[in-house]
Amino acid sequence: MTKDMSYEGINSRKAEIMQKSLGIDYSKFEHQGGIGFDYDAMMGEVAYSYEEMVKIQQQTGVGNTPLLELRNITALARQSAPKGKGARIFVKDEAANASGSFKARRASISVYHAAKVGYKGVVTATSGNYGAAVASQAAMRGLKCIVVQECYDGRMVGQPEILEKMRICEAYGAEVVQLSVGPELFSTFLAILEETGYFNASLYTPFGIAGIETLGHEIANQCRQRLGKDPEVVLITNAGGGNLTGTARGLRAAGAKNTQIIGASVDLAGLHMASDKDFNRKSFTTGHTGFSMPFIKWPDRTDVPRNAARCLRYMDKNLIVKQGEVFYITQALAVLEGYERGPAGNTSLAAAFALAKQMDQDQVIVVNETEYTAAGKMPSSQLTFAKQNGVELSFGDPDSDKPGTTIVFPRSPDMFKVRWADMDDARRGYIKNCLANHKDHQFNDRDHAFMAAEIQSTPDFVKKVLTELR
Amino acid sequence: MKAAKKGDWVQVRKVVLPAGKRAPQVPEDTAKTDLLLWVKGFAQSDADPGEEVGIKTVTGRLTSGILQAVNPAYTHGFGDYLPELAQISAQVKELTFGE
Repeated sequence: MTKDMSYEGINSRKAEIMQKSLGIDYSKFEHQGGIGFDYDAMMGEVAYSYEEMVKIQQQTGVGNTPLLELRNITALARQSAPKGKGARIFVKDEAANASGSFKARRASISVYHAAKVGYKGVVTATSGNYGAAVASQAAMRGLKCIVVQECYDGRMVGQPEILEKMRICEAYGAEVVQLSVGPELFSTFLAILEETGYFNASLYTPFGIAGIETLGHEIANQCRQRLGKDPEVVLITNAGGGNLTGTARGLRAAGAKNTQIIGASVDLAGLHMASDKDFNRKSFTTGHTGFSMPFIKWPDRTDVPRNAARCLRYMDKNLIVKQGEVFYITQALAVLEGYERGPAGNTSLAAAFALAKQMDQDQVIVVNETEYTAAGKMPSSQLTFAKQNGVELSFGDPDSDKPGTTIVFPRSPDMFKVRWADMDDARRGYIKNCLANHKDHQFNDRDHAFMAAEIQSTPDFVKKVLTELR
Repeated sequence: MKAAKKGDWVQVRKVVLPAGKRAPQVPEDTAKTDLLLWVKGFAQSDADPGEEVGIKTVTGRLTSGILQAVNPAYTHGFGDYLPELAQISAQVKELTFGE
């Protein structure tokens, strides 16, 4: 019998394909009769221990990346800071991982697991560095690798950053399946999993999240060795929530209880993520509000039954930066510090530059990642592409920036701003999505407790918001 | 574009979902376009530009599509010289290190 390969047909086999390609029984963690699940049990039972992960990562060139102090950038921030202010800014040089980004931490555990349980290959759906990470780890472990990426608009004009990510996946021996814009990428991904029988090396399995915990441990240990204390703040570029969740879990497990976990994303308000026209007017492919806000408010929108990345459980605060600030700080990182990196980690570096001015000089901010740069990923590539797509560049107040139309570089470094996103709105947004996704459900005490844990709040707050929303 | 010989490294294109059959949640502009897929592999037969050809990908998968390119090149680059970036460089260096 021929299988139904229409969008609806493939999606109707989703549960079966997921089960076969992950080999994880997610149902055993579900709360019977409730909306929640046992997150801690899922992470504890499915993922590997910290000691095991360190061993796995050591085998394949992952981890133990340098912690760099950005002395000149700190000095520049202090010039426009009030007296005594200007925290020390450090960055974890995650570009030093195999394949050039922190994503190797996630891929290393997934690919190890896939090989251990006998899958012949791995498939992943990503337009980001994660593709390169899976391809590189699969090469080391002798597995086949297919990367499915959203790459072009309907005219076959590709985002230069994604074209580079295609090239590097192919350099590591992977097959890259490229698609035009649209959420139906997911059904193509499912069809390939079904056809090949390979492992679903999703970004959002317990393996993909636990693999980042080593990054949190390293930050705590390196700061203790060099500075005799934990950092006051760890700043994390946020998109799907994995980096933030995994790093925060690692920091907590290492005992860094007083370190604030702060997310940062680029404001791309007004651009639609699934629009063919908007696709190439975005000068950022990740770490932007188009991903971060929907994922913060509803994590279970991924390619696995339950997302192991759950931001609001770990995020203390959230910062919004502007496009022009990120390009400016990327250039400063190159010419003041001698590191050509990014773009991804530089979103949180831009946030760190602004936030440092409000913190004392003896306090420490760690930006938790850099990534390798290359043709397609550099400011010159991205900005040239932006201009070709009609985006205007200027100097002025970054707050006047209009995503997709203008990019405004700060006229001077004193124009970087601290913009806090509304955490209360995020928590309410999550509760609203619980309602929307479980329309006829009678919420009980266990649901209230689960939702409170999801958003670091209380069952009373949850009940209050539920009543307001109804 | 030149024709492909059997065994050449090629890129093929196919329509996964035609306009009108897209997922219900896609925005209007996207709904008017086909969902397209591109993949590379070794041609399983000779083919002219625009002709359907079977390929074997590097993972050994057999698939097919319209011939898009033979020996497809990487075309993304470093972009143009941008005076704005030079201006930022000059500013941060002067502020940090002086003239």
